[in-house]
Amino acid sequence: MKRLGKKLSIAAIVLLTATGSAEAGNSIVIDGSTTVGPLAKSFAAYFTRKYNIAVTVSESGSGNGAKSLINKSCDIASMSRPLKPQELSAAKSKGVNPISNVVALDGIAIVVHPSNPVRSLTTAQIADIYKGKITNWSQVGGPNANIVVIQRESNSGTQESFKEMVVGKENPVTRNAETQASNGAVKSRVSLTRGAIGFLGLGFADSSLKKVAVNGVMPTPVTVKNGTYPLSRPLYFVTNGQPSGSVKQLVDLPKSVDGKKIINELGFINKY
Amino acid sequence: MNEEGNATAGRSSAFVVSARKRKLQKITKSAGESLLFLVAAIVAIIVLFIFYFVARDAIPFFQIRGFSEFFTSSEWYPADDPPRFGALAIIYGSLMVTAGSALIAVPMGIIAAICLSDVLPFSMRQYVKPVIEMLAAIPSVAFGFFALVILAPLLQSFGGPILMWTWWLIATPFLLLAVIVSSELLVMSISDDVRRQQVQRILASAFGIVAILLLFFVGRGLQKIEILTGTNALNVSIILSFMALPTIVSVSEDALQAVGRDMREGSYALGATRAETIIKIILPAASSGILAAVILGIMRALGETMVVWMASGNSSHIPDPWFNYLESVRTLTATIAGDMGEADQVTGSARFHVLFAMGLLLLVISFISNFISERIVVRQRKILSGQ
Repeated sequence: MKRLGKKLSIAAIVLLTATGSAEAGNSIVIDGSTTVGPLAKSFAAYFTRKYNIAVTVSESGSGNGAKSLINKSCDIASMSRPLKPQELSAAKSKGVNPISNVVALDGIAIVVHPSNPVRSLTTAQIADIYKGKITNWSQVGGPNANIVVIQRESNSGTQESFKEMVVGKENPVTRNAETQASNGAVKSRVSLTRGAIGFLGLGFADSSLKKVAVNGVMPTPVTVKNGTYPLSRPLYFVTNGQPSGSVKQLVDLPKSVDGKKIINELGFINKY
Repeated sequence: MNEEGNATAGRSSAFVVSARKRKLQKITKSAGESLLFLVAAIVAIIVLFIFYFVARDAIPFFQIRGFSEFFTSSEWYPADDPPRFGALAIIYGSLMVTAGSALIAVPMGIIAAICLSDVLPFSMRQYVKPVIEMLAAIPSVAFGFFALVILAPLLQSFGGPILMWTWWLIATPFLLLAVIVSSELLVMSISDDVRRQQVQRILASAFGIVAILLLFFVGRGLQKIEILTGTNALNVSIILSFMALPTIVSVSEDALQAVGRDMREGSYALGATRAETIIKIILPAASSGILAAVILGIMRALGETMVVWMASGNSSHIPDPWFNYLESVRTLTATIAGDMGEADQVTGSARFHVLFAMGLLLLVISFISNFISERIVVRQRKILSGQ
């Protein structure tokens, strides 16, 4: 069974590299962030409909997207964080010249269970919760209940952005924090767990969760775009070299009217 | 008659074959033998190759970071700067969920196997066994989904009552048995029939009251427990035990069946009851097979990845207190699966090699337990055959 799985994955890799090297042809491969995933998928569907060019989208985390781009197995790496210096140098050594194109802006929403009365937290309080210094909701004006801290796996761009913006790069997240593999998993855990706190892309924060104001500012398209919401970040389509041909058309989609409409519908924020 | 004639004809013609034909026969024979040997050798070589390649990528980790951090620290921050690779909590998490699932699956599996082989009528067994074996056909991701979406919220909202009812369901028959058996054993030395019955009645009612109080108060205590997070070691242990059950039931039932009819009938003929036959004759005779079943089941639980990845909560800390199954844990397999994507030459080599170190550790654990069980089986066989 395991050997079969290995064979299949090898076949998949072979197929993937085959499609990747066929960049000049009529298909585009996107790999990377689960946060950018819904956007990339909608763009892909739109693109396929309009230009009849097949676009494949995988969601394996920003780190994997960068890796795929460096290994030339995708045309576009979708990322929710900028490239790291190590990734840039690895790309250079493999002859890849990564160019980051901003596709949209996104806020990282801090979410809690809908029954939680806490409405607002400061970045310092959130940092203390994730560092393990605050462990009970009563310490931040809530009921007497322990906090279930939920974070993302280390290959998540959202996790890295959150850590850099809130917890601080040098501070470790508490060892009691649960780790989930995707925005969707965080959403399901937080919406089902009374004492939970989590963070996810604004587009994922629907009515099954309660968004918390950060430093008194609620995450909305307006506050993210004008920069008053403290936890916002750009989302990228990273390409190898300046995009050209159909890849350029796809990367420029956010500048078009239809592209802006897709971005708005999914709860992301236009940059242009 | 006819066959025998053919055989002798074949044999006699074999005596008169030409040298050339004999040579051909010899070549065919050695070709056939070497083919069989080759196939057998490939299987063994695959195991060695896996060991070699895992070890080859694991050793650099210990060269870079040494042994002590990996085995003694529970600070697991592979992505931080500087990174820390303390895997103690993760190793502990793996052992914890494996032990938890064994605690549930082993007694259940053996009891179910005894029921299938010696209690249920044959016609019913034919239907029940395939249903149990069907559990093995459910893909692990489906189990994981069930654990995450159904069992976890259930534990969070009704954790206390669920624990209480489970305690009552399991403890009631056991305590009942214990009361009857212990009161009977304690009065065995009294020779006077009437007096013995009187004493037994008093003892049984006293034990009964203690048992009922125990049931009630432990149940009340359990009911008050509030489970903070449903993705915890208990959840994983339950699901893993479901996954190990079909293996344990099926292999131990085969072992029990392998104890022949003659043993059972011999025991009955000597006047033993069914309970005595099962406990004193069949179980000891089948013990090596049952042990093999248990080891197979435990290995299944130790190596399982998807369920653990989805349902354990993945927090790399040792629960407080250490036996608290209601906290979330992280296991070796889930860490390998979760970190593999990020860890390669791009992000620094220790981060990549540490996962192989974990893989090697898992391999070593399963080799050791396989080896031990093999030894026990051999010794058991020797004892049973009277050597």
